Amino acid sequence: MSVTWDSINEGDTLPELHKKPSLTQLVKFAAGNWDFNPLHHDIKYFACEYLGSVLVQGHFRAASLGELVQTWLGHNQGGRIKNIFCEHRGMDFPEADIICKGTVEKKYEENGEKLVDLTIWTQDNDGKQNSPGRATVVFS
Amino acid sequence: MGETFEITEEMKAKVGKESPPWTYEVSRSAVRAFARGTGYTDPIYYDIDAAKAAGYRDLPAPPTFHGTPVYIPGKSEETYSTPLECDVTITLEPGQLPNIMDGGTEYEYFDQICAGDTLTSVAKMASLDTKITSSGKTMLIQSLEFTFTNQDGNVVLIERLKVINH
Repeated sequence: MSVTWDSINEGDTLPELHKKPSLTQLVKFAAGNWDFNPLHHDIKYFACEYLGSVLVQGHFRAASLGELVQTWLGHNQGGRIKNIFCEHRGMDFPEADIICKGTVEKKYEENGEKLVDLTIWTQDNDGKQNSPGRATVVFS
Repeated sequence: MGETFEITEEMKAKVGKESPPWTYEVSRSAVRAFARGTGYTDPIYYDIDAAKAAGYRDLPAPPTFHGTPVYIPGKSEETYSTPLECDVTITLEPGQLPNIMDGGTEYEYFDQICAGDTLTSVAKMASLDTKITSSGKTMLIQSLEFTFTNQDGNVVLIERLKVINH
């Protein structure tokens, strides 16, 4: 599944990416990004005891949004991520759904570059957008 | 305290100042670990032949991954593994704006990062701003910028993030 410059239209939706990370998956992510904040693995940590759970890393959601966009772009189709941004507004917990979504906002040429602006976000089962963001991809 | 917070001259003097450089290694194992942690099943992040067949020099770094900072006990922050001497954030007085919020992170790419690359990161405080919340309290917004340069001297990534103290 990948797109080309010609195949993209404003209003397109990106194929959704579904995540439901287990605690073990979060530990694997920590092994990948080297952030060992106990908030993300130690249920006895005071903040986790208070919340009743460990929390999914914000960077896990950002990386998942990266996966959403990169999977849509595919490889070797001339498109690459120029920039990707998200912020973290809410909490996600292990074993809960995180749905990564995106839409094509704008397709345009600027300074000789073929660009596509995307709105991207993660949402939980209540539809709350815990990591809203945006990305721009460039085609050569 | 929040109502009376002001950016001091001492804080302002830190804006624009660059940290010493620090090395981030993009090893094949690190790319695999990050891809595995994120949950990728695409073989290009694991299998060198698959990566090369897709046109990459080596295993590509997944989006938002820029390698692992060289870890040295005493020189690296124990929780986040980041280099202590490259911390350019403002240290506030005890009790001053005690809460921290993530204001978001942007990754601007100029080229593909691949396994085998050695990146040099330089951090700087890009700007310091205050904002008054709807409840009349002051927030401090620290805008940080990390520039990653590869082994050929090319800037491949600028990471911008905001830390909000309130």
